Amino acid sequence: MPDERGHFGDYGGRYVAETLMPLILELEREYRKAQADSRFQAQFDDLLEHYVGRPSPLYFAERLTEALGGAQVWFKRDELNHTGAHKINNCIGQILLAMRMGKTRIIAETGAGQHGVATATVCARFGLPCVIYMGATDVARQQPNVFRMKLLGAEVIPVTSGAATLKDAMNEGLRDWVANVHDTFYIIGTAAGPHPYPELVRDFQSVIGKEARAQMLSRTGRLPDLLVAAIGGGSNALGLFHPFLDDADVAMLGVEAAGYGLDSQHAASLLGGAPGVLHGNKTYLLQDEDGQITEGHSISAGLDYPGIGPEHAWLKDIGRVEYTAVTDDEALEAFQLLCRTEGIIPALEPSHAIAAVAKRAKEMDRDQIILANLCGRGDKDIFTVADKLGVEI
Amino acid sequence: MTRFAAAFPRGRPALVCFLTAGDGDTAANLDALVAGGADVIELGMPFTDPMADGPAIQAANIRSLGAGTSTAEVFAIAAAFRVRHPEVPLVLMGYANPMVRRGAEWFADQCAGAGVDGVICVDIPPEEDDALGPQLRAKGIAPIRLATPTTDAGRLPQVLEGSAGFLYYVSVAGITGKQQAATAHIAEAVARLKAATDLPVAVGFGVRTPEQAAEIAKHADGVVVGSALVELVGEHGQDAPRHLRELTENLANAVSTPARR
Repeated sequence: MPDERGHFGDYGGRYVAETLMPLILELEREYRKAQADSRFQAQFDDLLEHYVGRPSPLYFAERLTEALGGAQVWFKRDELNHTGAHKINNCIGQILLAMRMGKTRIIAETGAGQHGVATATVCARFGLPCVIYMGATDVARQQPNVFRMKLLGAEVIPVTSGAATLKDAMNEGLRDWVANVHDTFYIIGTAAGPHPYPELVRDFQSVIGKEARAQMLSRTGRLPDLLVAAIGGGSNALGLFHPFLDDADVAMLGVEAAGYGLDSQHAASLLGGAPGVLHGNKTYLLQDEDGQITEGHSISAGLDYPGIGPEHAWLKDIGRVEYTAVTDDEALEAFQLLCRTEGIIPALEPSHAIAAVAKRAKEMDRDQIILANLCGRGDKDIFTVADKLGVEI
Repeated sequence: MTRFAAAFPRGRPALVCFLTAGDGDTAANLDALVAGGADVIELGMPFTDPMADGPAIQAANIRSLGAGTSTAEVFAIAAAFRVRHPEVPLVLMGYANPMVRRGAEWFADQCAGAGVDGVICVDIPPEEDDALGPQLRAKGIAPIRLATPTTDAGRLPQVLEGSAGFLYYVSVAGITGKQQAATAHIAEAVARLKAATDLPVAVGFGVRTPEQAAEIAKHADGVVVGSALVELVGEHGQDAPRHLRELTENLANAVSTPARR
């Protein structure tokens, strides 16, 4: 848990403009009330079961395990959720909070479009107007998701400022919010931003780890030896890791995007960045010596963000979670490996986790268990993959 | 008497002018503001992600960073300004990350060395004051806080605690350079703030014309103009000083002449 001002060790906090502070404080008060309200929890659980399709399966990847020749590999199948990724868990929780607070308009930022689609989905479900900010560069390369959001009734606003990618979309979302605080709720897509967002996003995503822990105990009678998840902002990883943090024997590995390599262009904020302040929180950032934010690169648009959730920054510093990074090429190889061995087309984000799993499994015994989060499906990525493989569709 | 106290004399509202450091010939542009009658200078520290700013100042940030402006150059501009204008208060305005990158103490030292009088950090609210405030105060640099339309009576004491120089009232909930608040709203808000503090209250965000400035000057101790000046730099480049001086003169006349109600 963060301290009462939202700090995880040195990280986190509420670094926002004064205009937003009263709203941030109100959000925290309302979230505390919601946590204590069994009806809120019941409504959240009901929507997750009947709308999202939870619990997601825990799956033993038998052929992948054989192919790797080491530890058993199990997947938490969050790619089977409605809208195809873990993002929806958080959006359900936040829109319920928005309605509790009497907000009548929803905004969000999106990179690859997955969080935008999930936000547009819950807005359609509850009949609230929805504005999605998306970098113009991302709009151009993620047309299918742009169309999905529009089908769901959202207004998609291309952002041309800065580098026209995810961080610029987030800046524009904050600019909208500051001008519309009276009626607007900002659904942040990952476990980052000003307190209490990192905490509440983590809590909503923790359904992943809670389910997985119970499922693993019931299927195998034991806990896994190693948890693995990909990290952009870090919400799917925290969702899996958090319910296991007190299980001292469970090791955890977060996998950042090494892009072209950590000595080149990448999106690995923890391994290749330094602490700083951006978008409402103190955390590790990709930045230069003057504190100017630098652009991340990853084959996966969902990992292509120059920051990371503050709780990860803290978990890294205290050593509870190990962090590594996987390149575009390694992720692409893992993507194909899972397609062929298991008949599952993963998103490029969890393909990074799978690449790390492949390395670790080989170094572990056959009676050991790795549990990885398959946080999204790959339908959205087939064009990117085809392009990288030199195939014309 | 501090430079701020001299710049905000009783009975005559001050004109506070903003420009982004490293956007165009900043020294010449700042000199034009002073020549035109600016009482306080706000020097913007360029940042890649200016999330409280509208299109005009965003563009100025991009131009400045595109020209390679470094933090060292921002302080060099400030230090040179201080030598040319020993009496004019100079405020650095910007975002937390470039300010704390080398440590808050380093930043406060640099401010003191360059003759900077105050610092406005958009994304360090009172709740995070520890990140920069104590270090600035230790060096005698004024942390200038922002109050906004959403700052309610319960919160105002916290905003005022530890703030110095002047209080900057952001007249609209929004970003820089956009719509202006209704005068009635500003009058009421300034009265509320002045009842709670002895600091001068300057009003900004969305003030573009001498007419608007004159209207605000009836109520406030200072009027802040930023985007309209920054746009002149973007539009006129090397020829900007002439235009900056002209607008500043008009603003200064508008601000200082109206009789107080």
